[in-house]
Amino acid sequence: MATLKDIERQIGAVKKTQKITKAMNMVAASKLRGAQDKMEAFRPYALKFAEVLGSLAERIEADEEHLPPLLAPRTEVKTVDLIVMTSDRGLCGSFNTNLIAKAEKFLKEKADQGVEVRFICAGKKGRDYFRRKKHNIIDEHIGVVGARFGFNVAVNSGREMIDSFLAEETDEVYMLYSEFVSMAKQAPTVKQLLPIAGVEKVEEDQEAADEVYVAEHICEPSAEELMAEMLPKQVYVQVYRGLLETSTSEHAARMAAMDNATTNCKEMVTSLTLIYNKARQAAITAELMDIVGGAEALKG
Amino acid sequence: MAGSINLEVVTPDQSVVSEEAQMVVAPGAFGEFGVLPGHTTFLTSLSLGMIRYKDQSGSERLVFVNGGFAEVMQDTVTILAESAERRRDIDLERARAAVKRAEERLAEASKKEDVDFRRAHVSLQRAITRLKVAETR
Repeated sequence: MATLKDIERQIGAVKKTQKITKAMNMVAASKLRGAQDKMEAFRPYALKFAEVLGSLAERIEADEEHLPPLLAPRTEVKTVDLIVMTSDRGLCGSFNTNLIAKAEKFLKEKADQGVEVRFICAGKKGRDYFRRKKHNIIDEHIGVVGARFGFNVAVNSGREMIDSFLAEETDEVYMLYSEFVSMAKQAPTVKQLLPIAGVEKVEEDQEAADEVYVAEHICEPSAEELMAEMLPKQVYVQVYRGLLETSTSEHAARMAAMDNATTNCKEMVTSLTLIYNKARQAAITAELMDIVGGAEALKG
Repeated sequence: MAGSINLEVVTPDQSVVSEEAQMVVAPGAFGEFGVLPGHTTFLTSLSLGMIRYKDQSGSERLVFVNGGFAEVMQDTVTILAESAERRRDIDLERARAAVKRAEERLAEASKKEDVDFRRAHVSLQRAITRLKVAETR
């Protein structure tokens, strides 16, 4: 049985851990707020962008034969790229595990179809994992997810994807990110980036948008040229959104994990204190017995 | 003319301008264009340059814009830019320093005939335009 001193030390250690987890929880909470603000700030741009692109797409779609290269699906798919977004740092519960599991599933599906998958890793955790597994990593972006980053990160990585797609090094590009559903739920999600699959319309304002766009725009340069200019941006917008969602999810996941850890610490301290008190009580009783026994012996 | 235009300039990071204007002038791909209330619907890409608009009080305001798209409808103008800055938000010192830095980089890149040359050139243009917006009275 552990001595009093041992238990005391253990309680001290757990209390220190609790302080750390508590601090991490609060840091994550404040970073989460920042990340959510950033998502909020991005929304007007994303909505408007989707709206304009949607209205352009409607006018061009009639011409199936001459799809812009970024829209045209390949007849034969041999290689696909997957950009996997994970966090750089751990201690965020099952956040990265879930993402990686999803990536493995994707990889298996594609492998069954005889398609080669190349990885682009945004985030250290995912990169380390795929490196250990000796998967084909073509590019990595570290220090982005969960940190401060600008739109230019999405532009640069998006441009690389587009270049390799147009050079026919890859036939499809997917993005795996963590969608921020709520504080308690972050869903790993796979989305197709290239070829751009069906331009999304703004859901909530669908009808309102339709009404507005009855009036055709005068386009300058032509609608086709505008489209060609907007399509790469659509990829950047998607990547940026993925990064924002993943960052927000990371902080939320860490917050929850650290909250759990703090609660567990508290429970542990309670139960250790109980054991400590029992041991102390037992020691005192034993000492008392000794004294009483000694006194009895002297009397005799 | 009666009425006003609702001008919105949004970037991925923030909404830069959101206010009522009497008139808007923006750098379109085929040259500068002006918008008054009641303009026909119009969609264009923008080049690097500055947006000028007259606010409700009639004073002229400037916004630096780095490419993007403009959508003009009856009485709204929406500008989607990768980056944009109001004149009063541009730090003159920093803008000057950026021009200098870009010039140095360009000089360096042109020596090596690097692929970076084009990029350096673009960033110099951007820095100069930004400074120009800041210095215009």
